[in-house]
Amino acid sequence: MEFNSNKSIYLQICDAICEQILSCELIPDERIPSVREYGAEIGVNPNTIMRSYEKLTADGIIYNKRGIGYFICPEAHKTVLEAQRKEFMENEVPAIRRRMELLGLDASIFGV
Amino acid sequence: MITIKDLGFAYGEKPVLKNITMNLQEGRIYGLLGENGVGKTTLLTLLCGLKKPMAGSIETDGHKPFDRDPSFLSDQYYLSDEVAAINLKAIDYAETFGKFWDGFDMNKFTEVMEVLENDPQQKMNHMSFGQLKKTYIAFALACNTKYLFMDEPTNGLDIPSKAQFRKAVTKYTREDSVILISTHQVRDLENIIDPIIILDRQDVLLNATLEEISEKLYFDYTTDKVDGALYSEMIPGGNIQVSLNNSGTESKVNIEALFNTVHQHKELIKGIFNK
Repeated sequence: MEFNSNKSIYLQICDAICEQILSCELIPDERIPSVREYGAEIGVNPNTIMRSYEKLTADGIIYNKRGIGYFICPEAHKTVLEAQRKEFMENEVPAIRRRMELLGLDASIFGV
Repeated sequence: MITIKDLGFAYGEKPVLKNITMNLQEGRIYGLLGENGVGKTTLLTLLCGLKKPMAGSIETDGHKPFDRDPSFLSDQYYLSDEVAAINLKAIDYAETFGKFWDGFDMNKFTEVMEVLENDPQQKMNHMSFGQLKKTYIAFALACNTKYLFMDEPTNGLDIPSKAQFRKAVTKYTREDSVILISTHQVRDLENIIDPIIILDRQDVLLNATLEEISEKLYFDYTTDKVDGALYSEMIPGGNIQVSLNNSGTESKVNIEALFNTVHQHKELIKGIFNK
């Protein structure tokens, strides 16, 4: 796994799982690797993975079945989609807008 | 848990460790950092009972390491930076010496050897330094001990083995283990070591988890100048700047920048983290 430079690793791991939910690689009620399995797979401290799983659980994206493991929530796709659309509108769109202004471009570049 | 209290040690007239107090908890992989000569190896050898504390105490689950109680020794392994090239095949070494550790698992030994692309049939005195190191790493993990101390384990490893080592440290160790790894090669162990301990001459400057560090310090990776940055270093494409985290936003901890920040602001850092 390649990490980018400035975002906290545990958040980057959350992002990677959310990406897989958006692309339907991970589907509702599918089991995801255990904390230690995932840590070993990507070479990351299990405590970091634990933090990612705790955040995803709090956000209603995964759930924990005691003693069995972590699973994708039935509504995960919708939850992630809504959260990421909001994030895109609030952060990425203004950044793109600023950049376009700077470069003297208008909406016609999107071909719509 | 390991409880270290007011620990002191000197070589003759030369004090190395003084008033070291800290706890090492289960389920953690500690990274022990410090400049040359601050006593990292001395601390590791004290923890595993090879040396006797001159002041203070170490208690590991009720045992004093220097008493060298066999049941305690069988649940710990110390991987030294210098490893012995013995006139034995790796597999025979493991079979002979593995007996000293109750939890030793021969299958795990051969599995880790395979993961690290090392031939267990090769004689250890015919191995390169890196191959020998890998043999001892496989042996250390196969011992299945609760306490695992490793001194510069990635020294001499080739590039693919470093990645395999990071994965193996998680995959092949016990969930309740206390692992302490001393290193200068922080990039080799990035994302694996957490908490971070920074040892200084006769002092512990920091013993904190990455979570605590990113709560208190902010690592900025932009071209903009951050006002009041504690530390700044040019990197291709911008700067790494470390400042006090006032916004509550968490960033990725860069261990090298952390180390340098801590060294430039010893008292300030100790003050923030000991609150």
